[in-house]
Amino acid sequence: MASPPAVAEQRAQDSQAHPRFAVEFHDVSIAFEDRQVLDGISFQLRHGETKAIFGVAGSGKSTVLKLALGLIRPDAGRIHVLGEDITRMREDDLFELRRRVGIVFQESALFDSLTVRENVAFRLLEEANVAEDEVEKRVREALSFVELEHTIDLFPSELSGGMRRRVAIARTIITHPEVLLYDSPTGGLDPVTSNTIIELVVKQRDVYQTSSLLVTHRLQDAFTMGTHYFDRGENKMKPLPPGSRAKVPMCFLILRDGRIIFDGDLPSLRETKDEYIREYIS
Amino acid sequence: MELISPTDFAKEKVQSVQEYAMLAARSIGNLFKRPLYFADMIQQADLIGFGSLPIVVLTGFFTGGALAQNSGDTLRRFGSLTLIGQLVSLGMVRELGPVITGLMVAGRNASGMASELGSMVVTEQIDAMRALGTDPMKKLVTPRVVSTVTMLFFLTIISDAFGIAGGGVASSLFFGVDAHQYWSTAWQILVFQDVFTGLAKPILFGFIIATIGCYYGISARGGTQGVGRATTQAVVAASILIIMVDFFVTRFTMTLFSH
Ligand SMILES: Nc1ncnc2c1ncn2[C@@H]1O[C@H](COP(=O)(O)OP(=O)(O)OP(=O)(O)O)[C@@H](O)[C@H]1O
Ligand SMILES: [Mg+2]
Repeated sequence: MASPPAVAEQRAQDSQAHPRFAVEFHDVSIAFEDRQVLDGISFQLRHGETKAIFGVAGSGKSTVLKLALGLIRPDAGRIHVLGEDITRMREDDLFELRRRVGIVFQESALFDSLTVRENVAFRLLEEANVAEDEVEKRVREALSFVELEHTIDLFPSELSGGMRRRVAIARTIITHPEVLLYDSPTGGLDPVTSNTIIELVVKQRDVYQTSSLLVTHRLQDAFTMGTHYFDRGENKMKPLPPGSRAKVPMCFLILRDGRIIFDGDLPSLRETKDEYIREYIS
Repeated sequence: MELISPTDFAKEKVQSVQEYAMLAARSIGNLFKRPLYFADMIQQADLIGFGSLPIVVLTGFFTGGALAQNSGDTLRRFGSLTLIGQLVSLGMVRELGPVITGLMVAGRNASGMASELGSMVVTEQIDAMRALGTDPMKKLVTPRVVSTVTMLFFLTIISDAFGIAGGGVASSLFFGVDAHQYWSTAWQILVFQDVFTGLAKPILFGFIIATIGCYYGISARGGTQGVGRATTQAVVAASILIIMVDFFVTRFTMTLFSH
């Protein structure tokens, strides 16, 4: 692929012009039917950084991602995405902003009456001014990124769960959004497929410098992301050399009972004294 | 079953009506905003129009035939069997053509739209579409409304024609009415008012079918069972509305042209 370095450089320039954070939550609360799911949470996602979000089932992780995209609105608090306050935005303006942000849903949410090609091309076709052969080229490029070029003419129902997840990733990254939101991309998958997906996420982070929020149940995955980098020369993920001071832009956030009980990088996570977190990460 | 207070119940109903009104208004408002999904309109038109053709032809023909038999029986008693062509033609064009076609298309397409959109809601495909920067109102609802209105208009004309033909066949078969006479009286009786009434109705009915189908689909909750419920409710609501609106349009056009 010829585009990644160019995209990455341009991204670096853009982010200087932009405000400091890609995503910013200020005291955000939301309740569903009398149950307070998020109770005044605040955090920031820096440009180029990947933040893993943990929490037990039902702790509100998916809710955080949907809030960040304006799919649902908070009861209180402010959310800024790419410098814009989305809590007050009209739905019409949100559509514009959402074109710069991508989400991979927990259940993939592919369009089941469209083929893999049409699913992946969806964003490009919506933009109307992209030529047909350009669309085809970029669809193949995105699919080869997730190693699924051979499924291009199949329907989502003909794919396995892991393949669907990867097609969903291809559909999201085709326009190289500035912010990516992954909802449990490795949930319920075997270790081999999980690893492929983790490698894709690391590649997005290190090659394209995309800012992302990643929800996961598997601490192991997040540790891998915190200790590995993507080597462009060899086109694969490699562990950071031991003892070196090299760091990857990776941090961690833990939700519990509607609040954030941890927000920091890998070393501080390892050193934390909090009983609950120690139990969680052991 | 959970008991809810009457005020909550009323509030809920008022809110649904409000949401429906919003959807209906936006489906029209989107016609004046970019992008216009032309390809989706054609696809829907094909699905609704050509897909419904056989049932519209059959129901139209047999309804006209039944109408002729009933009218013929009464007319013969008064010795005015020659009026049969006029009665069938007026009945079909003003009333039965639009209503029968509307009900048929409601059964076929309001349910189809509710179940399609409902499934998309419960599998997060609607959220995915919004997340990809596309407005489901523009991409899904507006094309369905435009196609249903257009197609129902033409389907009603076809139904009228086959109904009158069915009436003609029944008249000559059972009452020995001269075919030529039947056709010329059936044709001559129609004036602007009748045609106007008969063609205003499918426009309203088409709008009802598509907006009701989409509304119940978009507001489906609770998995596959919820989708099933939405589908049934869409057909019931669309059918009832069609018959009620028919009553008022008939009254309205009669007053309009009574001077
Ligand atoms: N649309 C909704 N309506 C009502 N309640 C909701 C809705 N969405 C989420 N909830 C509730 O909010 C809580 C948090 O849900 P969320 O999907 O964010 O959990 P999660 O952390 O992603 O869980 P999991 O790890 O199982 O994916 C749950 O208790 C859920 O019941
Ligand atoms: Mg979730």
